Amino acid sequence: MTVTEDYIDASGGDWDDVIEKAQATSAERLVVNMGPQHPSTHGVLRLILTLDGETCTEARVGIGYLHTGIEKNMEYRTWTQGTTFVTRMDYLTPLFNEAAYCLAVERLLGIEGRVPERANVIRVMMMELNRMASHFVAMATFGMELGATTVMTNGFREREMILDIFELVTGLRMNHAYIRPGGVAQDLPPGAVGKVRELLREMPKRIRIMRKLLDENPVYLARTKDVAYLNLPGCMALGVTGPLLRASGLAWDLRKAQPYCGYEGYEFDVPVSDGGDVYARYRVRIAEMEESLKIIEQCLDKLQPGPVMIQDAKIGWPAKLALGPDGLGNSPDHIAHIMSGSMEALIHHFKLVTEGFRVPAGQAYAAVESAKGELGCYAVSDGGTRPHRVHFRDPSFTHLQAVAAMCEGGTVADVIAAVASIDPVMGGVDR
Amino acid sequence: MSTDDERARDEEAANLPDKLGRERLAAPIRRTGMFGTRTTGDTSGFGGLRVRGSAPVASSRPFTDPDDPRTADFDRVADALEAALGDDAGAVERVEVAHGELTFHVRREALVELARVLRDDPALRYELCTGVAGVHFPDDAGRELHAVYHFRSIAHNSQIRVSTTCPDADPHVPSIVSVYPTNDWHEREAWDFFGIVFDGHPALTRIQMPDDWHGHPQRKDYPLGGIPVEYRGATVPPPDERRSYT
Repeated sequence: MTVTEDYIDASGGDWDDVIEKAQATSAERLVVNMGPQHPSTHGVLRLILTLDGETCTEARVGIGYLHTGIEKNMEYRTWTQGTTFVTRMDYLTPLFNEAAYCLAVERLLGIEGRVPERANVIRVMMMELNRMASHFVAMATFGMELGATTVMTNGFREREMILDIFELVTGLRMNHAYIRPGGVAQDLPPGAVGKVRELLREMPKRIRIMRKLLDENPVYLARTKDVAYLNLPGCMALGVTGPLLRASGLAWDLRKAQPYCGYEGYEFDVPVSDGGDVYARYRVRIAEMEESLKIIEQCLDKLQPGPVMIQDAKIGWPAKLALGPDGLGNSPDHIAHIMSGSMEALIHHFKLVTEGFRVPAGQAYAAVESAKGELGCYAVSDGGTRPHRVHFRDPSFTHLQAVAAMCEGGTVADVIAAVASIDPVMGGVDR
Repeated sequence: MSTDDERARDEEAANLPDKLGRERLAAPIRRTGMFGTRTTGDTSGFGGLRVRGSAPVASSRPFTDPDDPRTADFDRVADALEAALGDDAGAVERVEVAHGELTFHVRREALVELARVLRDDPALRYELCTGVAGVHFPDDAGRELHAVYHFRSIAHNSQIRVSTTCPDADPHVPSIVSVYPTNDWHEREAWDFFGIVFDGHPALTRIQMPDDWHGHPQRKDYPLGGIPVEYRGATVPPPDERRSYT
C-alpha cells in the first residue's frame, strides 16, 4: 500500500491500514482493485477502479486469469478433437463455439453445402436453446450481482430445463463437443423432440414471469435505466456486436445478414432498442429469447428423417455412438463390426479416428451470431491433420474494452451493472 | 484468331504438364517422410517422401465468380479499394480469392492508410474490425509472422481479410488502433502470443500472460509443455511428443 499526496492505492494489503491512511490524509482518490476473485465481477475479471468518493473516475480491466492456451493446444490435436477444446472456451455458449469452429473447418474442406439438412436443423435448434440458456444466466447473474436473488434463482431454474435437453441429446450439460465437422455427433435420441415440445409449452410462461418480475420493477429500473450508456458510434468504434449493439439501435444480426446453417429459412425478428443502457440490453435479451422459441418451433417442423453426418467416408465420423452406463461412447454394434467383422472397417476407423482427416491448405473465417455477439473463428491449415492455427474472435473479449467508456463518470455501484450487462464469460475472454 | 495464336496456345497446352511439373519441383519442401518415422528402421520407403508446398496463391481478375454468390461483390470492392488508394496502388501485393473469401495481402507500411480508406471511403465503409490474429510460419523466410485482420461492412454487408507480414528479425507492424480503437486488445494479444510489435499502439503490454513472462507462447518454436501421465502402468507422453501424422 502506498500513500501519495492525492491518491491512496488500495490494490492490496490490510484494509485496516488502508482505512487508517485514508482517514489520516485529505486525499479523496482511491484506487481499488476489484477482483479477480470477487462475486460481482462475473468470474475472474479484475477491475482497477479509481474512485473519487462514490464516483468512478477511471476504470481499467485486467484479464488473463483464466487463460488456458486452448488455441495453442488445438495445434497438437486433430481437427475433430478441436471441438472438444473450443466447447470449453465460452462455457455458457458451448454450441456456438463448436458451430463457429465447424463452419470454418467445413469451409476449408469445401463441404459447406454438403452438410445434411437434418444436421443443420439440429444445429440451429441447439444453438437457439443455447442462446436462451446463456441469456437466462446473463439475467440471473445480473440480478445476483445487484442483490436480487429471486432473479438469480428464477433464471437458473429456467435454464435447467434447457440443460436437461442438452443432457439428453449430447450426454452432457456443458462441454458437449456435439457439433462436429460435417454434421453433429449423433442423432436426437428418442424422447428429445417431446422434451423440446414440452419446453415450448412451458417456457413462454416462464419468460412472462421473468418479464413480470423485471420489466416495470421500480427498483430494477432505478438500477438499470440510463446506466452504462453506450451509443451506436461508440459500439462501432469498440467493435461491440450482439445484444449490446442491438440495444444501441442497430438491427445487425449475422443470422439475417450472413445466414449460416440454413437460418435464411426461418422466420424471426431481430429485437432492437435505442435505449443504449443496461435496461435496453435486458429488453433486447428477453425479446431475443421469445424469438428463439419461434425458431425452435420451426426447427421441429423442419426436422425430417435423414443422416446427421456428411455422407463422405473420408470425413464423416465412422464410429456409431451409443449411450452406455458410463456415458456416450462407441456403440457395441460398431465395436463388434470393426473388431471381428471387417478388417477394412477397422483400418478405416483407425485412420479417421487416430490420424484424422486432412484439410486442404488455406485459411477461412467463419462467424456466427452467438448469444453475446459476433463469434468468429479464423482457421489456418497447412494441409495436415491438425490445424496450423485457430484463432477465436470472442465477443466477450472485445466487449470488455467498453468498460471504461461505460463506467467512467458513473458511480461505483453502476460499475457492477455495466459489467454484468456486457455479460462477459472469462472462459471465452481468456481462452 | 490467327493460326499463329492458335498454334502458340496448342503448344502451351501440350507443354502444360511439363511446366507445372517443373514449377512443382521448384517449390519449397514442406515436410519429409511419413508415419512419424525418424529412425533408420523404416522399411516402408515412405521415409523418403517429399511433400512440397505450393507457391502463394494470387488470384487474377475477375474476382467475382458468377457461379459463386459469395463472391458477388468482390470486383466492386477491389475496384473501390484501387480507386481509393490512388497513387499508393503498390500497397496491395496480391489478392487471393478462396473459399468465397477475399484476401488482400498488403505491405505493412501501407496498413494504416489502408485501414483509414477501408473505414472512411463511402464505397467501402468497413465500420467494424473484428480484430487481428497473429500466425507464425517459421519456414516462410523473411515473412515469418503474419498479422491477419478481418473487416466487416455493415453498410454493404461485406467482409474482407487483410493480411500483412513481418520478418522475425524485424517484427514490427504499424498499429491501427488510431483508426479502429477496438483493435487495442487484439493487438496486445497478438504481441503477447507472437511477439509482433505494433508500432504506435497506446500501451502495448501483455494481456493474457503474466507481465513478467518470457517468450511468446503461440509461436511455433515455443514448446507446448506438459508432462507424461502414467495410467495403469502405461505412460502417455505429453501431446507435443506423441506420434503425429502430418
